[in-house]
Amino acid sequence: MTIASSSPPSRLPAGGATETRSKPRTRRDDVSENRGDGRLAAVFIAPALLGFLVFLLWPTLRGIYLSFTRFNLLTPAEWVGLDNYVRMVNDPIFWDSLAVTVEYVVINIGVQTVAALAIAVLLQRLTRSAMLRGIVLTPYLMSNVVAGLVWLWILDTQLGIGNEIISALGADRIPFLADETWAIPTIALINVWRHVGYTALLLFAGLQAIPNDMYEAARVDGASEWRMFWRITMPLLRPVLAVVLIMTVIGSFQVFDTVAVTTAGGPANATNVLQYYIYGSAFGRFQFGYASAMSVALLVVLSAITILQYRLTRAGRTDLG
Amino acid sequence: MRIRLRTLVAATGALALSLVSGCAQQGAAGSSANTVTYWLWDANQLPAYQACAKGFEKENPGLNVKITQLGWSDYWTKLTAGFIAGTQPDVFTDHIQNFGQYADLKVLEPLDDLGIEDSDYQPGLAANWIGKDGHRYGAPKDWDTVALFYNSKMTKDAGLTAEQLNSLAWNPEDGGTFEKTIAHLTIDRNGKRGDEPGFDKNNVKVYGMASNGGGFGDGQTQWSNFAASAGWSYLDKPRWGTKYQYDSKTFQSVVKWYFGLAKKGYMPPLSDYNVQSNQANTQVAAGKAATAFDGAWMISSYAGFKGRDIKTALTPVGPTGKRATMMNGLADSVTKASENKAGAKKWVAYLASDQCQKVVGGYGVVFPATPAGTEAAVAAYRKKGIDVSSFTEPVADKKNFRTFSYPIASYSADMTALMSPAMEDIYGNGKPVSSLDQTNEQINLILSQ
Repeated sequence: MTIASSSPPSRLPAGGATETRSKPRTRRDDVSENRGDGRLAAVFIAPALLGFLVFLLWPTLRGIYLSFTRFNLLTPAEWVGLDNYVRMVNDPIFWDSLAVTVEYVVINIGVQTVAALAIAVLLQRLTRSAMLRGIVLTPYLMSNVVAGLVWLWILDTQLGIGNEIISALGADRIPFLADETWAIPTIALINVWRHVGYTALLLFAGLQAIPNDMYEAARVDGASEWRMFWRITMPLLRPVLAVVLIMTVIGSFQVFDTVAVTTAGGPANATNVLQYYIYGSAFGRFQFGYASAMSVALLVVLSAITILQYRLTRAGRTDLG
Repeated sequence: MRIRLRTLVAATGALALSLVSGCAQQGAAGSSANTVTYWLWDANQLPAYQACAKGFEKENPGLNVKITQLGWSDYWTKLTAGFIAGTQPDVFTDHIQNFGQYADLKVLEPLDDLGIEDSDYQPGLAANWIGKDGHRYGAPKDWDTVALFYNSKMTKDAGLTAEQLNSLAWNPEDGGTFEKTIAHLTIDRNGKRGDEPGFDKNNVKVYGMASNGGGFGDGQTQWSNFAASAGWSYLDKPRWGTKYQYDSKTFQSVVKWYFGLAKKGYMPPLSDYNVQSNQANTQVAAGKAATAFDGAWMISSYAGFKGRDIKTALTPVGPTGKRATMMNGLADSVTKASENKAGAKKWVAYLASDQCQKVVGGYGVVFPATPAGTEAAVAAYRKKGIDVSSFTEPVADKKNFRTFSYPIASYSADMTALMSPAMEDIYGNGKPVSSLDQTNEQINLILSQ
């Protein structure tokens, strides 16, 4: 956090007549002047800092503390050391829900990234239509719960219009959200449908930063669109793509609402994603200590994945220029 | 500049403080010495209780009742949040499923001084609301039982009379006349019935019986009436038991037979059921199922299905020679942190009185807990052209019926969390019923804490 770095080391006196009276500027003067800017800066960042402390840092620290306790919210927390973590390591449902979450993330991010990239490139290379860009974004304007419920009704095995069509075409009905094998891919794709436009738009913004003359030069050299995509677009989009990936992976790991309204973790825990299990343990079973321990585990997993992604994709550096 | 800075800092601080205090104030709003806040979840019952509140306010000048209605799932989430944040209502409608948990968390106010007598209510209702510590935490409000709803056109087409449907018997070996009946009511896409040769169980057009899912750990509208008529009970004691009995061979044989109905094609597979979009009543409304076990709270819904003439029949006679149904009752509870306990208790006493329950009964939406309230409800249903004897007979006829309560024990949320996937595994994934031994062990381990 750099504050007031623009202040010049010395300043010319305001008028020639006062020159004799002015003392040579010392380091102390600079510091006190900077301190004034620093104070102002402090005031400006205070709201954000307050928000960070109250809504992020304090809950995180308290969550970590609670993960070492037995706590039902209404009676004081009781210190139990590593009990919750021992239980977590030995809890097959925890590992199962972690596996279910990873399956979700892989399908969700895999499909979403490829589709978003395709849409972004098509938007950039083929059209200038702002209307089309708007349409791509529309599913994102809908709330997750509404999107989940609408898809639930469309995909219902017995009554959904989706399955009515499948059945009318002579195929067997597909229990999209009610079968162990289908449920997670279905939820992952529902969320792809909702988020792909937004992701595409982020990538599209990244594509706009790639100078057009590169494509022109390549075209003069006789490069095909396919070749340009792999040789120009992909390398230059990498930093943006990396940031988008990190953001979407974190968001994906936190899937909750779609699960809550479509399957409630079922059938037979097949969609019991980690966030849903944490929620159920805390607000259903009042095991806030154990739920906190699982949240800490999720935090560790996400941090590790983010650092790894950042390193692997060299997100901090650009190949441009 | 300095003054300005200070002003800015002060303004920021004031803003932050006002936000914080704003939150706090919101909680306190509505609670005062002359207001009683009251929560319920059933929108159908709201007008009935509003009418009750009017009578109460007339009798107690200066006291106001403020009623809030919230949907079932939001209701419990908000109530829990309310207990934590101190924004809970003074009085709320309580369910046995949550009673044990709330009693353990000590958020309920004892109601021993209300003078609730067992004999003033339908049998068993008042006693269910006494906690492990011997104190009363709820005043009986209403009750419900389960019966078999059926599409009368479909049963008529199948050549079945109301008398036949009311004299069904079942057993876990061959399913008895009950299974024969729902097999006969099942029709595949070629028009073949479930009991005819060449029936295609993989392409069923109308199922004999609707599915209400795995039934969690209580099976209220699923397997509970069968298990109870086979002589099984959830726990080792009627109230505050310490051991669940899902490892019982009797229970497991019932569950195996019950979910086996789906394998035979008489009941939809688990994959056809969805708690949001396709419950049993929806299947009946859509003409996908001929019958469904469902609770008294659904009477108005079934009666309202357009183009369907839905009637009801008693639950079938089981191996013990008795019919069985869960008889679940709700109660009104006062919160321990209520700021107006005196007013709250007065309101609960009024809610539990014949005076209020007769008014509620008159709306014909629920069976109130007092006999006079129940009578008023039966009359009101009759006026609407609905025969509710399949629900009231089990309560009146103790010789031929066994009624049982929702399991009353601590850690019911844990029990549900473990039993729910276990039952779905059996129903949906064909896991053997003996897997319940292990689940039962896990639940009892938690219960022994």
